[in-house]
Amino acid sequence: MSESTQVMLNGLWWGSLGLGWADAGVLFLHFLSLSLLSVGGALTTAPDMQRFIVGQRGWLTDTQFTASVALAHAAPGPNVLFVSVIGWNVAGFAGVLATTVGTLLPSSLLALGASRFVAKNQQSRGLQAFNAGMAPLTLGLLLATAWVLFQPSVSTHPWASGVAAVATVVLMLRTNISPLWPVAAGALAGAIGLFG
Amino acid sequence: MTAALQTPPQPQPALPPGENELARPESPSHIFRVFTGLALQGFGGVLPVTQRALVEQQRWLSQQQFVELLALAQVLPGPNVVNLSLMIGDRFFGWRGAIAGMAGMLLAPMVVVLILAVLAGRFDQVPAVAGALHGMGVVAAGLVASTALKLAQTLRNNPLGWPLAVAFGAMAAVGVGVLRWPLVGVVLVLGVAAVALAWRRIARAVHHE
Repeated sequence: MSESTQVMLNGLWWGSLGLGWADAGVLFLHFLSLSLLSVGGALTTAPDMQRFIVGQRGWLTDTQFTASVALAHAAPGPNVLFVSVIGWNVAGFAGVLATTVGTLLPSSLLALGASRFVAKNQQSRGLQAFNAGMAPLTLGLLLATAWVLFQPSVSTHPWASGVAAVATVVLMLRTNISPLWPVAAGALAGAIGLFG
Repeated sequence: MTAALQTPPQPQPALPPGENELARPESPSHIFRVFTGLALQGFGGVLPVTQRALVEQQRWLSQQQFVELLALAQVLPGPNVVNLSLMIGDRFFGWRGAIAGMAGMLLAPMVVVLILAVLAGRFDQVPAVAGALHGMGVVAAGLVASTALKLAQTLRNNPLGWPLAVAFGAMAAVGVGVLRWPLVGVVLVLGVAAVALAWRRIARAVHHE
């Protein structure tokens, strides 16, 4: 392997900041410690990730941190992938592994255990009460998420945003079209400046 | 994934009876393919696409089962759709299904988002790109709201009775969304109240039988 190939691979694995095993380990442990606190999604622990990576270590600027979150929201796939983008920006592929595995491992093991417990105790009155009581909250939290996603555009372009959101709801409830169509239409309308 | 195809499925806790029209995934690799496909369609949130693909198209779950799994996925730590993908995979094929669901949900989108991260620095100043992101955000809000409204039909059979169930849903939506109260506190207070009320109603129904 030529020397330049090695330099390139090294850059991909460790990223542009030139961090090493010790830093990747610290990054992994920090994200690991936040995993079980992330009730409601990993985004709820983002303020603490920002405090550690931007404030304490100075690995990213505030702007880079926020851009990482926004990018993951715009891309297809779960929004939790913002931790992978942060890992990439801090320490290349090593960083991706550290932040992604750290964020997902503890919560996934817990979810697996909880799911199996629930499947075995389907008929218990406690679980029936849990399901009955939590179902309305679950739907309420979905509406809250919709409301939060709606905010950035409604302040600048209330009419266009309102019409687009209501039209999306009606299309999804009344027709069988793929959600990709309204998303593409929204992107197009946004690109020509309808939502500011 | 070919090896996974040839291994016979292991016995798993059965899904609740009475859901006769439901289908099953053929193999862990089938789960992987379906989750990869739906995750790549999920711009600005995967949940609406997940509900559509698993309940309406594949029919692996009923609306009721989907809401129950989602409720559990939401109260547990971790990203809701990732929790959901591994729980659904586990229900059908144990830990191999769980890994297939989670990998399907994460791997392909991760490749896409990392490529975008490399490109992002060059284009984020272009107004059309910023505008398109705004437009996708508005539609994403509509998609999530429509998922909530579709699933709201399940509240008719809720032991709380639908007026009370709708009231709890509205309180959670306003508390977390509009007033921006901390999620953990809202879920704890409303959740304990709703579960306790549901417990009493179920107990009373059993008593009257």
